[in-house]
Amino acid sequence: MSESDERPLTAPGWDRPADLEKDPALTPDLAEITVPDELRTEIERLMSLYPDRRSAAIPALHAAQALHGWCSPEAIAQVAAVMRVTPAYLSSVASFYDMLNEQPVGRHHVYVCTSVACHLVHAKRVYDAIAEAASDEGLEDTEVREWECLGACDMAPMASIDGRFVGPLDPSDAPEIVESIKEGRQPLPGRGLEDSDYRLPWGGTA
Amino acid sequence: MALSELRLLKNINEPGLATIEVYEKLGGYRAMRKALLEMEPEEVLHELEGSGLRGRGGAGFSMGKKASFIPKGRMDKYLCCNADESEPGTFKDRLLMQKNPHLLIEGIVIGAVAADANKAFIYIRGEYELQAEILERAVAEAYDRGYLGDRILGSEHSLSLVVHPGAGAYICGEETGLLDSLEGKRGNPRLKPPFPANQGLYQGPTLINNVETLCNAPLIIEHGADWFKSVGTEKSAGSKVVSVSGDVRRPGNYEIELGMRAGDIVYGLAGGPPEGRRVKCWFPGGSSAPVLTEADLDLGYDFETMAEAGSMLGSGAIIVVDDSMPIVSLALRLAEFYRHESCGKCTPCREGTNWTVKMLERIDYGEATPADLDVMADVQTNIIGNCLCVLGDSMAMPIGSMIEKFRPEFEAHIEEARLRHGGLPLRAHGGRADEAVGSHAA
Repeated sequence: MSESDERPLTAPGWDRPADLEKDPALTPDLAEITVPDELRTEIERLMSLYPDRRSAAIPALHAAQALHGWCSPEAIAQVAAVMRVTPAYLSSVASFYDMLNEQPVGRHHVYVCTSVACHLVHAKRVYDAIAEAASDEGLEDTEVREWECLGACDMAPMASIDGRFVGPLDPSDAPEIVESIKEGRQPLPGRGLEDSDYRLPWGGTA
Repeated sequence: MALSELRLLKNINEPGLATIEVYEKLGGYRAMRKALLEMEPEEVLHELEGSGLRGRGGAGFSMGKKASFIPKGRMDKYLCCNADESEPGTFKDRLLMQKNPHLLIEGIVIGAVAADANKAFIYIRGEYELQAEILERAVAEAYDRGYLGDRILGSEHSLSLVVHPGAGAYICGEETGLLDSLEGKRGNPRLKPPFPANQGLYQGPTLINNVETLCNAPLIIEHGADWFKSVGTEKSAGSKVVSVSGDVRRPGNYEIELGMRAGDIVYGLAGGPPEGRRVKCWFPGGSSAPVLTEADLDLGYDFETMAEAGSMLGSGAIIVVDDSMPIVSLALRLAEFYRHESCGKCTPCREGTNWTVKMLERIDYGEATPADLDVMADVQTNIIGNCLCVLGDSMAMPIGSMIEKFRPEFEAHIEEARLRHGGLPLRAHGGRADEAVGSHAA
C-alpha cells in the first residue's frame, strides 16, 4: 500500500484528536494536587448550595476560569479534585458552553452581538472595526468574537466587554475600545448599561 | 389600546428600587405576606389559575394550571425560574431583574406557596453578569429579613433560593435543557414525558416559570384575579412587556395591554422604521416566530390572534425588518444562529440547521437554482416535530415562512447572484441593499 492510502485517525475538522493510547484520567486526589485555597473554599461553598454537588460544575468552572484565565488542564484538574468528579466530566461541560474556554483565548473578552436584531443595524461592521483595530494595535490577552443574542437589542449594535454591556456602538468607537482595554481603563464611560446616567440615544431608559 | 396604568413597569425608574427598603416602601412584599399568612395554598393556586395568566417565556401555557400539575405529598419540590432569556430580540427579563429584583423574588415565594415547592433556583444566563449580581444582593437582603429560608414569617412554608449562572447556551432556555444544565451537565433537552412537573430537577417534581410570569404573581395576589383580567382579551389576560427591536426609531421595552393593535406598538410606541423605509416583515415573538408582513400589523397583539395568523406571540419580542434588508441575508443570519445553538442531540435539528445554512450560502454565492428552494423548504418540514425539543422547529418555522412569503425575492436573488458569479456575496457588505452590489431589494 502506498503512503497516500493511509487513512487519518480522525475525520477532517476534528482538530483535537483523542489520544487512544492514553488511559482515562481518574478523579484527582486532593492530597496529590495543589488547589489554591480561595478556589477550593469557593467551590466547596458552591457545592453546599445544591442537593447534588455536581450542580456546582458551571459556577465552579467560572471560578477556576477567573483564576487561571481559561479552563486549562490544570484548572480542570483542580476543580475535579475538589468536586470529586473526573476531569473528563468537567471537560464535557466546559466544551458545551460558549463562555467556558478550553483554549487560552485571553483574559479580556469582547463579545460583539451579531445576532438578528443587531444584524439589522450593521453589527457586523462594528465587529469588523473592533477586530481590525485590535489586530492593528496588537491588542494582547483579549478575545474579540462575534456572539449570539446578548439580550440587549434596545442597545443595538452592542457588545459585552468583560461583562459590561455597552451600546449603541458605531465602528468609529473601535479605536477607543481597543485603547482602553490596552490601558486597563473602562471603555466608553457613560455608555454602559450599568452606568447610573445611562440613557438610550432617543431618551429611553434601559 | 395603550395601558392606562403601568403594572409590571410601574415603578421601574424609581431610584433604588433594587433595594429592599425602597421596594417595601412602595408596597413590596405585601402580596407575599397575604399569600403566606392570610391565604391557604389552594386559594393562592386558585387565584393564579383564575387570573388566566399565561406563561410569558414563549409557550403561553396557563401558569396556574402548570402549578396544579405538581403532585401533592411531602417531598422535595422545586421551582426553577427560567431567566435564560436568549431568544433573539428578547430583553424584557433583563430589565425586570436589573431594576426590580425583589418583585421576582416575591413572585417566586408566591409561586412556591402555590406549588408547595421548598427549593427554588433562578437559572440566569451567564452573559447577564450585572443582573446576576443584583439578584444575588437582593436574595441576601430577602434572607436577612426572613422572607426566604426556614418558616418564612412564622408560617409553615420554607424556601431556599439560589441564583445559578449559565455559561452561554441558547438551548438552556428550553426547560429540560435548563434542568440538565442546572444539574451540572451539558444542556441537552430530555425526552418528554415524563414532564418536569412529575420528574424534573433531581428527578423531583419541578415547576418552571419565566421571569415575567413570576413577576405577575404578586400583582395578582395583591389585586385579585379579576383586576388582572380587567385588561387584555378573553384568552390573553393582562399586560405584557414587549421588547421591540430592529428597524425602529425607538427600540425598547414597552408594557402594553394584550390585544393592542400591532401597528400601534411598532409605529406608535417604537416609532416605526427610519424615514423613507417601510416594514418588510416582522417577527411577533422572537426570531423563532414565523414572520408576518406589513398587512398583519392591523392584527391585535395577543396569543390567539398571532396563532391564527400562522405565527406566535412567543416571548413577546417584536423584531421589525424594513425593506432595505434582503430576505436572503436575514434568513442566513437566522439559520446561522440556530446552527450555532443546536445542541446536536437530535439528527434532524443538527443536520437540518447545518444544511439550511449551507443552502442559503449557496444562494448567496450564486451556486443555487430555484429547485434548491424546494429542497430547503422540504428540509424545514422534516425538522418540525421530529426532535426532542423545538430548537430545530424554531429555525424551520421562520425560514419556511420566509420562503413561502418572499419566494419571488429568493428566486430573483438566485438569478442575480448567478449572473454575478464570482462576485462578492451580499453579506460581505453587511447585507444591506443600499450598499450591496447589484441589489434588487427596494
